[in-house]
Amino acid sequence: MRTDQRPGVVRMAGRALVAVLLLAFALFFVLPMVWLLLASTKSPADLIHANPLSPGSIGTLVTNWQHLMSFQDGAVLTWMTNSVVYSALSVALTLLVGIPAGYAMALMRFGGRRLLLIVTLVVMLMPATALVLPIFLELSYLGLVNKTASVVLPMAFFPFGVYLTYIYFSTSVPGDLLDAARLDGCGETATFFRVALPLAKPVVALVAFFSFVNNWNNFFLPYVMLPNSDNYPMQVGLTQMLAATPTFNPVVGANAEVQPPELVLATLVSIAPVLLVFLFSQRFLVAGLTAGATKG
Amino acid sequence: MRSRSWRPAAGHVFVSGYVVLLVAFGIAPTVYALNLAFTDGEGRFAGIGNFLRTAQDYRFVAAVGHVATYLVLWLVTLTVLVLLLALVVHRLASRWSRAALRFVYYVPGALAGASSVLLWLFMLDPSVSPVDGLVRSLWGDTFVQVIAPGHLPWIFTIIAFWTGAGGWITVMYGALNSIPYTVIEAARVDGAGPVKTALRVQLPMLRKWIVYMLILSLAAGTQLFVEPQLVSQAGFGVVGTDYSLNQLAYLYAFDQNDFNGSAAIAIDLLIVALCCAGLFVARGGLFDAD
Repeated sequence: MRTDQRPGVVRMAGRALVAVLLLAFALFFVLPMVWLLLASTKSPADLIHANPLSPGSIGTLVTNWQHLMSFQDGAVLTWMTNSVVYSALSVALTLLVGIPAGYAMALMRFGGRRLLLIVTLVVMLMPATALVLPIFLELSYLGLVNKTASVVLPMAFFPFGVYLTYIYFSTSVPGDLLDAARLDGCGETATFFRVALPLAKPVVALVAFFSFVNNWNNFFLPYVMLPNSDNYPMQVGLTQMLAATPTFNPVVGANAEVQPPELVLATLVSIAPVLLVFLFSQRFLVAGLTAGATKG
Repeated sequence: MRSRSWRPAAGHVFVSGYVVLLVAFGIAPTVYALNLAFTDGEGRFAGIGNFLRTAQDYRFVAAVGHVATYLVLWLVTLTVLVLLLALVVHRLASRWSRAALRFVYYVPGALAGASSVLLWLFMLDPSVSPVDGLVRSLWGDTFVQVIAPGHLPWIFTIIAFWTGAGGWITVMYGALNSIPYTVIEAARVDGAGPVKTALRVQLPMLRKWIVYMLILSLAAGTQLFVEPQLVSQAGFGVVGTDYSLNQLAYLYAFDQNDFNGSAAIAIDLLIVALCCAGLFVARGGLFDAD
C-alpha cells in the first residue's frame, strides 16, 4: 500500500508516463508519412544535407515530378494506368460473382451450401499469398501467364467479400421481406435485383473498398505473373525504380535514371489513391476486421 | 438449415460464378501444386522426395530460421504493444484524444507491400533518415551496415508493426468497448487499480480477439516475401534473395526451373496457413458458419 502514501506524486508520474508512451507511438506512426511528403519537395542534395524535416520548394516538386514522368518514357503513367485497370476489373468481377454468392448462401437453400460456407471461411482466413505460387504453376501449365487475366481473375477470387455479404444478408435483411416478394410473384432473380440488391448498398460499398485496397497493394501476384515492364502495376514498377536509384544501387552511379527524391515521389504517387480512400473511410476498414464476428 | 439434396436449385445459379473462381484459383492450384510436389520432372511419382530434397537444401533451414526469428519478434511485439496501447488509449478521459490517437496509429495501414518497404528503406538509410541518430546508434553508420542480415528480423518487425498495428489497436479498442461497464465498475469497487483491472478482467475477456490476431499474423508472417526481396535488391548483395521461404520457392521456380521443388515448398507454406485457418474455424469462437 505504499502507493497510498503519496498518491499525488505516483499519479502524476503515471500520467506523464502514459503521455510519453502515447506521443512516442504517435510520432512513430506519423513521422515517416510527414517525411515522405516533405522529401518529395527536395532536390537530391537537400535530401541529404538539409534538415530531414524541413520542406523543399514547390519548384523542386515540379522538377521531381517532371523527371518522374519522363522515367523510361512515361513508365510511371503506364504502371499507374495498369494498376487502375487491374484493380477496377477485379473489383467489378468480385462484386459480380461475390454479391449474388453471399446472398444465396445467406438466404437460399441449396445442396452444398454449408460446405461452401466452411471452405469460404477457411480460405478467407488464409493469407492470399499462400496461393500465389500454386496459381502461377497452374496458369503456367495452361500457358496463361503474362496476361491481364492472370492477375485480374485470381484477384477477383475474394472469399472475404463473399463472407461479408453473407453476414450482411443473414443479419441485416429479414428473410420475411424476401418471402413477401416471392409471394407477390417475384422470381428468384427479380427478388434479388429488385428487393435484395437495393438493400445491400452498404455491403457492396464495403466489399468494393476492401477488394480495391487489396488489389491495389498486391505485389506478389503481379510480380510472379507479369514479366514485362509494360504490364507492371505501380507496386511492381516501384522495384524497377529502386533498381535505378543510386542510393540503393551504386552500380548505376552518376548516370542514374532516378534520383532519391523522385523515388520518394513515386512512392507517394503509388499510395495516393489508397491513402485518399483510407482517409475518407477509415471506419470501413475496421468494420472489415471485425465484421461478422460475434461479440467478444 | 442443412439441405437434404444436391438437386439443382436457384441458389446454385447464384453461387456459380464464385464457385468457378473458387475452383480455378483456390482448389485447382492446390491440387495441381500437390501433384507437382509428389512427382518428379518427368511426371513420375516421387513420394516425398521433393519435400526431402528441398528441406535438405542448406538455404531451406536458414530460411526457416529467419522466418521463425522474425515471427517470434513480430508476434510478441505485436501482442504486447497493441494491447498496451489499446488499454491506455481506452482509459483516456478525452473523447477527442481517443479518436485522434486511434486515427493516427491507423493511417499507415494505407501503405502496404512495396510502398511501405521503400519508405522504410529511406527511414533506415542514415544519410537521409529523420531519425538518423537513432539508426546510427542502433545499427550502424551506413545503409549497408543497417541492413545486415542479423538486423532484418527487427527491421521487418518494425515495418509490419508500422503498417498493421493500428488496425489491431482499433479492433482491440472496439472489443474493450464491448465489455460491460458494470464489470469494470465492480472490479474498481473491489479495489482493483488500472493495472490489475487490465490483467485480471479486461485481457481475459479479449482472449478470443488476441487469438484471432495471433493466428492471422502468424499465417501472414510465414509468407514473408516483398520485404526481404526489396531489401536484398537495395542491399548490394548483403542479403541474399533466399532469405525467406517464399523467396526460396520463387527461386526454385524462376531460377532453377524446378517447379516440383517450388511446389513442395509452396505446399509446406500452404499447410501452415491451412492449419492456422482450419484450427480457428474448427474451434469456433469469433466466426460463425450458421
